[in-house]
Amino acid sequence: MIDIFQYEFMRNAVAAGILTSVACGIIGVYVVLKRIVFLSDGITHASFGGVGLGYYLHINPVDALLPFSIVSAAAMYTATKLTKAYEDTAIGILLATGMSLGLILVYMTPGYAPDLMSYLFGNILMVPSSDLIMMAGLDILIVLLIMIFYHELLALCFDEEYMRVSGRNSNVYYFLLLCMVAISTVIMVRVTGIILNITLLTIPAIISHQFVSSLKAMLAFSVIQGIIYVLLGLWLSYILNLPSGATIVMIMTTIYGTVMILKNAYDKFIITQAG
Amino acid sequence: MSEEVVALEDVWVRYGDNTVLQEVTLKICEKDFLGIIGPNGGGKTTLLKVIMGLVQPMRGTARVFGAEPGRSWQRIGYVPQQIMLDRNFPISVRDTVLMGRLGHKTIFKSYGKADLAAAEEALKAVEMCDYRGRQIGKLSGGQLQRVLIARALASRPDLLLLDEPTTGIDIVGQESIYTILSRLKSMITIIIVSHDVGALAVNADKIACVGKKLYYHDSRKLSSGEMEEAYGCPIELIAHGVPHRVLKEHTK
Repeated sequence: MIDIFQYEFMRNAVAAGILTSVACGIIGVYVVLKRIVFLSDGITHASFGGVGLGYYLHINPVDALLPFSIVSAAAMYTATKLTKAYEDTAIGILLATGMSLGLILVYMTPGYAPDLMSYLFGNILMVPSSDLIMMAGLDILIVLLIMIFYHELLALCFDEEYMRVSGRNSNVYYFLLLCMVAISTVIMVRVTGIILNITLLTIPAIISHQFVSSLKAMLAFSVIQGIIYVLLGLWLSYILNLPSGATIVMIMTTIYGTVMILKNAYDKFIITQAG
Repeated sequence: MSEEVVALEDVWVRYGDNTVLQEVTLKICEKDFLGIIGPNGGGKTTLLKVIMGLVQPMRGTARVFGAEPGRSWQRIGYVPQQIMLDRNFPISVRDTVLMGRLGHKTIFKSYGKADLAAAEEALKAVEMCDYRGRQIGKLSGGQLQRVLIARALASRPDLLLLDEPTTGIDIVGQESIYTILSRLKSMITIIIVSHDVGALAVNADKIACVGKKLYYHDSRKLSSGEMEEAYGCPIELIAHGVPHRVLKEHTK
């Protein structure tokens, strides 16, 4: 077991798993509580345009991803505000538009796009050290923003109207939240990829929601769960020789399903006991 | 002459093609305890939102504490409809009440001593101090409503707006809410919106009725003709168990 850490790619994979879980565990809680799961999925999918742009400009696709995902967040924000009641339609359209743009840019780039699959579905074994530094930097940024705007983000998710009545511009904080989703997309892309990101964002948070009743505990529990699931997935994909992103997703889905079934059975048991 | 808290002059509000409020003129003075009744969809909540500056009238003028609505938010406490909130949300009673200080705290800073003291005082006013650390889902409907009133009081408002505070709450819970309000009414102006005509007729000092148009005579009196126009059908304004009549005797 220890000998696998002799390889740099393995050490990087573990570091990437931990760094990713910090961002996803935190942002995922807000995504779940504010009920913007589909909107967040839209932002991460549309960000594929950034990967395409990276190929087209011959730069590291991850570098192009950050500005492009922020643009995606801004587009989603504007579209959902404009369309109001039909925001899910706008999200669906923008999601496909961003992905199409990315595909066209990849297609227009001469030559072969070598690791395109890893951006779509993640490959935790292929994280270069330079990316780790960026991931750590973005993690710190997210933690700082959450600490500074903790009460504002809490109010935004719990009662946005009350926030406006209190003289605070809730739109500013809503947009800030979407930007943090965009940032976490960049952090996650190496682990679960554009297509699978949403599971890493939502499953640790929704499981935490079942067990704890304070926001801070929910944040901490989500991060810890994320680390466990990602490292477990990494280990299983290594010994079974399976794609890491998909393995992590399958582990999380299995755990989520099991937790929900057990929780339901437990709740029913409590009700029959009481009755 | 007491201060004029709310002054609406010929206010019209439209959502798309649908006129929600029409020719609404209303003056509310300091320490009034006004109950607003009316049919569902009659514009009661919209009227509160105009006062808070959340909805812009398409015609007419609205002044709150002599300024544009939305400017005087520091003097307004708002108790929204409970149904709008997620009771499973991981937030404690204390943090919910502290939210009432959100507009008063400095951005980039956490809540200070003054905020904590105001929240504690508000919890005491609604007798919910013992539940401080409890998650809001573990409260009864009446208790949660008191917490929401405490949140509004934590901002130390001069005007308290309540939207359907007794809906879905048992009789004991409703009574405790009106007890709290009757203690507050000597200190602040209160506007309460409810479809529970009977309870408002007993508890509020003045009653207005909104059904697109507003019917109000700066008193508890409303004619049955006005009520019928607002509701679109005959309706009785009956005050259960009180000695005085709310409606005048019909002459014919």
